Amino acid sequence: MTHPDFLWRNPDPKPAYDVIIVGGGGHGLATAYYLARNHGITDVAVLERGWLAGGNMARNTTVIRSNYLWDESAAIYEHSLKLWEGLGAELDHDLLFSQRGVLNLAHNQGDVREGRRRVNANRLNGVDAEWLDPDEVKKFCPIVNVSGDARYPVMGATLQRRGGIAKHDHVAWALARRADAYGVDLIQGCEVTGFEIEHGRVAAVRTSRGRIAAGKVALAAAGHTSVLAERAGIRLPLQSHPLQALVSELLEPVLGCVVMSNAVHVYVSQAHKGELVMGAGIDAYTSYGQRGGVHVIEAQMAAALELFPIFSRVRVLRTWAGIVDVSPDASPIIGRTPVDGLYVNAGWGTGGFKATPGAGWVYADTIAHERPHPLAEPFALDRFSTGALIDEHGAAAVAH
Amino acid sequence: MLLLDCPHCGPRDENEFHYGGQAGVPYPQGETSDAEWAAYVFVRDNPKGWFHERWFHVHGCRTWFTVERHTVTHEVRKAPR
Repeated sequence: MTHPDFLWRNPDPKPAYDVIIVGGGGHGLATAYYLARNHGITDVAVLERGWLAGGNMARNTTVIRSNYLWDESAAIYEHSLKLWEGLGAELDHDLLFSQRGVLNLAHNQGDVREGRRRVNANRLNGVDAEWLDPDEVKKFCPIVNVSGDARYPVMGATLQRRGGIAKHDHVAWALARRADAYGVDLIQGCEVTGFEIEHGRVAAVRTSRGRIAAGKVALAAAGHTSVLAERAGIRLPLQSHPLQALVSELLEPVLGCVVMSNAVHVYVSQAHKGELVMGAGIDAYTSYGQRGGVHVIEAQMAAALELFPIFSRVRVLRTWAGIVDVSPDASPIIGRTPVDGLYVNAGWGTGGFKATPGAGWVYADTIAHERPHPLAEPFALDRFSTGALIDEHGAAAVAH
Repeated sequence: MLLLDCPHCGPRDENEFHYGGQAGVPYPQGETSDAEWAAYVFVRDNPKGWFHERWFHVHGCRTWFTVERHTVTHEVRKAPR
């Protein structure tokens, strides 16, 4: 028996790079990959405090969709979804990307109006969307309880057939392998502890493995972005919260699509391996502790049983939490910062996984050309002082 | 679940409370630029460590109070006056 080939090298940091990406999760790896692929920038290091894709990339519930309300959001998430549709072939790696359809259930008149409005908005933006009445919901997902006697009756649902799930680990491995093949240094166990800023421009990062000079530095650190930004003297409108999720024991195939419900507060899919994957809302308080309160899990289970009485005897295998950086309008912050050469991609909150390729694409373009990619421009930091917010709480308050 | 020490009711479970975010954010005084107003409305401290924050005993005595909580260990202690 010989060990199979490693998917990437494990290099020591060089003294300097053209671009340093801080954070070796999905967005950091995708950004490195697209810097190399689209812009020919390969003198790049990805610095990861822990191990590659061991933060939120290992903790999310892998839902992929693009049915956001506002034009700016639909554009960037749809760009991402289109990239997902070709990503496995391009990276030559099976991402287990499964377009099994995403249902967003409506339980009251307000949900119905909001859902129908969103279907129409999605269609105008070229995003596939359908409105299903309760009978059609039952046909599409037979185990959902559509009884009129339910505490929160299902009054319909939006359906995005192109939405679905992917295997998060495979996504990270595939991006890391390709970035490495382009010559990007993926450096694990390397924490950024400070920034050297000269005449308003970033010149280097200080790390647990020494000083590394950089032409440009790009943050892709999700829940820890505020901590890093503070070291560069920048305050960002972000709050870090635990977001919990759980999986059940392994089951035979029983749930063939993704089901989300804002009103009863849960989202559920069944992973390829067989476990039910569920998530809900964030814990109320700010935290970096990567754990949350059991009462949040309890409420999420109650919501799941309301929708799926068939799950009543399913046992929970494990629960966990990741730290998500939530912005005031539930939309990301992408682009330049007050420090020249320092870029930020953050605030994806509870929904960053689905944006992995799209965020990496526009972020790489923004870094390469030192100006916002057109799809990233509306998500610039200055929207909080201009007032041009992109309020996606309707799409994102619970389930992302 | 956190155990929070309500000044009126004593130690109670977290799910009796509503979280109120950072404590002691001053209302801007005098002429305020757009950037200052945006900072007041949207930007709060987000430290990894001790944090002064507000809680509301919504399912109890309905008192607002301030504590200091560590955002990694979740240890809660009385806010120094």
